[in-house]
Amino acid sequence: MSEPIITFEQVNKWYGPSFHVLRDIDLTVARGERIVICGPSGSGKSTLIRCINRLEEHQQGRLIVDGDELGDDLKTIHAVRQKVGMVFQQFNLFPHLTVLENLTLAPVQVGRLSQQEAVERAMQQLERVRIAEQAHKYPLQLSGGQQQRVAIARALCLTPKIMLFDEPTSALDPEMIKEVLDVMTELANQGITMLCVTHEMGFARAVADRVVFMDQGQIVEENTPHEFFSHPQSERSRDFLSKILGH
Amino acid sequence: MKTKTFQLIPARPAPPPPGGLLHWLRTHLFGNPLSALTTLVLLALLLSTLPGLIDWAVLRAQWRPDAEACRAEGMGACWGVVAEKYRLIILGRYPFDEQWRPVVATTLMLALLVASCLRRCWRPWLAALWLLVLAVFFTLMYGNVAGLSRVETDRWGGLPLTLLLSTLSIAMAFPLALGVALGRRSELPAIRAVCTVYVELVRGVPLVTVLFMASFMFPLFMPQGLTIDVLLRVLAGITLFAAAYMAEVIRGGLQAIPRGQLEAAATLGLGYWQTQRRVVLPQALAMVVPGLMNNFIAIFKDTSLVTIVSLYELTGALGLALNSDADWRAFKLEGYLFITLIYFGFCFAMSRYSLWVEQQVNRGRAR
Repeated sequence: MSEPIITFEQVNKWYGPSFHVLRDIDLTVARGERIVICGPSGSGKSTLIRCINRLEEHQQGRLIVDGDELGDDLKTIHAVRQKVGMVFQQFNLFPHLTVLENLTLAPVQVGRLSQQEAVERAMQQLERVRIAEQAHKYPLQLSGGQQQRVAIARALCLTPKIMLFDEPTSALDPEMIKEVLDVMTELANQGITMLCVTHEMGFARAVADRVVFMDQGQIVEENTPHEFFSHPQSERSRDFLSKILGH
Repeated sequence: MKTKTFQLIPARPAPPPPGGLLHWLRTHLFGNPLSALTTLVLLALLLSTLPGLIDWAVLRAQWRPDAEACRAEGMGACWGVVAEKYRLIILGRYPFDEQWRPVVATTLMLALLVASCLRRCWRPWLAALWLLVLAVFFTLMYGNVAGLSRVETDRWGGLPLTLLLSTLSIAMAFPLALGVALGRRSELPAIRAVCTVYVELVRGVPLVTVLFMASFMFPLFMPQGLTIDVLLRVLAGITLFAAAYMAEVIRGGLQAIPRGQLEAAATLGLGYWQTQRRVVLPQALAMVVPGLMNNFIAIFKDTSLVTIVSLYELTGALGLALNSDADWRAFKLEGYLFITLIYFGFCFAMSRYSLWVEQQVNRGRAR
């Protein structure tokens, strides 16, 4: 097996003095692997993936992303962020910029692309998420599903090696979830490393190489989707699955 | 059971809004008993005051600069005072024979301000134009070159001084306020402390005190022989004072930017300054346009306080013009109404402009 792209070694994190939000996390992610992280709310799923691009800092243990160990060094953080794209539950598009400007901002400012190159790349990514015709609208003029697809395209414009998805469909109307999941599935089939916090079990089943189940800051179970859904190993996973699949 | 096919009802235009003056009156002025009562009370107030006012201000008014006629029994407003004293009111103590200089300088300054407000002038050359116009303004006002006699800054006055003080202090206070507002949210405790102390200190003192200090106390601390012009000291005082208030208004806007925006910028690899410049400030400033304009208007009017350190801007010049002349001293009210009109003209223009700016910056929010 080639060198893993992400390695968590005994990672611990606390909020304040007493809230132990990540407990002894050990996790390795192979290049091109697609991982779905699930678990009850407050279990530390989001915190876990937000550590990968240092939106949250871990206090103990080692976290290595594509050969760079994350610490206080700003250069390393910057280097890692260039390689990691992220999609948020609330989209977090910049409302004062058009869709196209949202996509070209970072490539021009950070990636040092010319305006023209950035626009070309942005239009390619917008085609990819099938929303090119909205390029000149403002984000708030789009539906939730469209906004989230723009957010995916924005992250892709920096040609990341890793994509993080933090509950990308949780803020969407049921009818719009599918258009976002379709885009994510396509992306998954193109070989990018993906970590996705989601409750969309259908997506997990169809796309994930591995499901990571967390509870109270700990990884309870790692398994293939098939095994996880048909033969969950722990009592806790069974209980969780029965609650979300039971209805 | 037969399934129903879904048939879309074709969109129809909305019914025309009910028109007519009568309908407007009924809905806007007499919509309900309270509204009707308010309308009637206001109408009664208008009817009881307006005729008297018109009678005083127009019908019985004296328009010629004739103090004798103004004092006559049964006379109304004496607008003659304006006709007699307008040069002194608008230009202050500036040497009478040289008054074309402040007139040209002020006209240029006003043109510059109007140009700065127009979108099609927002080009790099505008900055150069500012420097040029300010240089010309000071040269014309101060003189001492090219055959222009020297006029010390304490002789400057009236509208040119009001404009100069407010334009420069707003132009300098705004960037300072930006820095302070960002500084108060800095992650570096030292910067945060300095900015907080500055804001709290300045907000704890009246502007009058700041001006007194700038004018009378500051020179005491200066080394012997070194003097800074009183106009510059006062300008610095107003700038520092205004910046503290503006900083808090801007900080309000910064607070309103959701954390997610900063996180998104961070994940895209934008650095601190790039994030502030491209993501945070455009949104934050757009939100505080009304508050900022409030500050700008307040500064414009606060410049009238420099009278206490013997700089006679518009308000001060009016006092100067009338107090020293026993013939006209009685008609101060008319004089004040005249400068009120000037102040109102500027402030109203500013507030209208702010509405336009709001429209421009909120395009992204419109559906």
